[in-house]
Amino acid sequence: MTANDKREILVFAEQRRGRVHPVTIELLGKAIELSNRLPLMVSSVLLGRDAEGEAQELIYYGSKKVYLFEDSSLYNYDPILYKTNIVALAKEINPYAILFGSTHIGRSLAPRVAASLRTGLTADCTNLSIDEDGAFIQIRPAFTGNILAHIKTKTSPSMSTVRYKVMQRAKRDEKREGTIVKMTPLPNAPSWEVIDERVIEGINLPDAEVIVSGGRGLKRAEDFKMLEELAKLLGGVVGSSRPLVDEGWIGKEHQVGFSGNTVKPKLYIACGISGSPQHLAGMRDSEMIVAINSDPSAPIFRYADMGIIGDIYEIIPKMIEKLKRR
Amino acid sequence: MNIIVLTKVVPDIERVKFDAVRGVVDRSSAPQEINPFDLNAIEEAVRLKERHGGRITAISMGPSDVEQTLKDTIARGVDEAILLTDKKFAGSDTLATSYALSQAIKSTGDFDIVICGEKTVDGDTGQVGGEVSEWLGIPYLPYTSKLNYEDGKFKARVELENIIYEVEASPPLLVSVTKDINTPRLPGFREKLNARKTQVKKMDAKGIEADEGRLGFNGSPTWVYKIEVPEEGQRDCKIYKDPESGLKEIMIMLESRDLI
Repeated sequence: MTANDKREILVFAEQRRGRVHPVTIELLGKAIELSNRLPLMVSSVLLGRDAEGEAQELIYYGSKKVYLFEDSSLYNYDPILYKTNIVALAKEINPYAILFGSTHIGRSLAPRVAASLRTGLTADCTNLSIDEDGAFIQIRPAFTGNILAHIKTKTSPSMSTVRYKVMQRAKRDEKREGTIVKMTPLPNAPSWEVIDERVIEGINLPDAEVIVSGGRGLKRAEDFKMLEELAKLLGGVVGSSRPLVDEGWIGKEHQVGFSGNTVKPKLYIACGISGSPQHLAGMRDSEMIVAINSDPSAPIFRYADMGIIGDIYEIIPKMIEKLKRR
Repeated sequence: MNIIVLTKVVPDIERVKFDAVRGVVDRSSAPQEINPFDLNAIEEAVRLKERHGGRITAISMGPSDVEQTLKDTIARGVDEAILLTDKKFAGSDTLATSYALSQAIKSTGDFDIVICGEKTVDGDTGQVGGEVSEWLGIPYLPYTSKLNYEDGKFKARVELENIIYEVEASPPLLVSVTKDINTPRLPGFREKLNARKTQVKKMDAKGIEADEGRLGFNGSPTWVYKIEVPEEGQRDCKIYKDPESGLKEIMIMLESRDLI
């Protein structure tokens, strides 16, 4: 069988300001794994401007083919322009599946593509596989993380958005070879005119190596300062469980859990967090989990590596002191 | 300005139980409410109407028993609430749902803007708004945290995580709003009382002139074939009841893992 006979598993290579988003590399990692279960060719689609360098990178990360749409109108994200070109490509190559990162771009673009192709779309998957019959299996947490739903798609292609920081990244290898297929972008009326664009320097929870999170054990919004001090000493950032975000004590970008960020840092310190399924869904893959909670029956202790039963208002200042003394 | 708001009645997600045997959410186990994310969509619609005049229509799909809960949208400032209810809608995934909603929107005539919340708390896909915009063939402004209307154009702030676009777009269009866009006002006693006296308009598959093959189970390409209750992730936790010795061990762990 030649490569041309294989159906493709197509990865949407999201670029922001000319750089491919790291979730794309995770999608390629998964696509490569799936292509070993069923004879599939891993390909990707990249829309942007002067993007050949990034297209070559996608080949080093395992794309056999990169469909490259280049036009100045594609540098910024535009749901209609992106959709138009991806739909045209999908109709031409009839892929087995199309994968998108579960970012704001992926989660707003994929629905338009799916509705246009009249095909199924599964949101925010945490795992993908292929069964014995060659059917595509999409797994996503549902019902606030209490259950995992296994979902199949009756139509073709199967489409999924996939959560960031869940799949293993593909390995980069400059010996890999592939083809960059230059596509002619189709015109369409854009969604909007971008009047102004800016990049904000917010915290980036999914990329943090150390996270110190607070939960209902905190008594006041100001007490996040204590967690922040501890996080800083460890070179980390502050996270939060959902109730405190809902209370407005801290911004949503700090939220860890099913409806917030999924994280897997080297160290996760849960302070006064009981460990609801919805929270655990977002952090249980962390390398080292430390829990501090006054309630010995708190579920978080079953998911932690180390736990101290006690008052966070006593223990955290002591820990800060110990770290400062070093 | 003709404004349409998409809304869904959901179970209180903090209290609802899951029926693991049947693999479905046991909706009788918790009270109903308007999807919390939709309250921001309703509030934004009311603000637009306050500034520019017009009419707000809320459209929802669900079983007929959500009718009373849907009246909450009227108490919050919606002029008319429409409920799509028909056995033929049962089992709809996001594609079938978005198709039915888009048919209902078309049936209401001309509109300037459709507003929806970022996602629902029960389905949590955030897909329906984008799919509706595609069925309607209109621009989609996702993750919008600021919205104004000036000189015949909508001006919006679209948040793509760390990248913020200020955009201009012409009606008709669909906007999904974030929780940051406003603080929903609570309906007053009088508004609640008046809302109770109003009627929710019910529409069925025929009423929205739907292609029945696109509705419900038949029109839904995705299906949940298995439910799994995750057990993995439990670890052998070393528990310290004495904070001092716990902290000492944590310091050793931090050092051995090069974290300090």
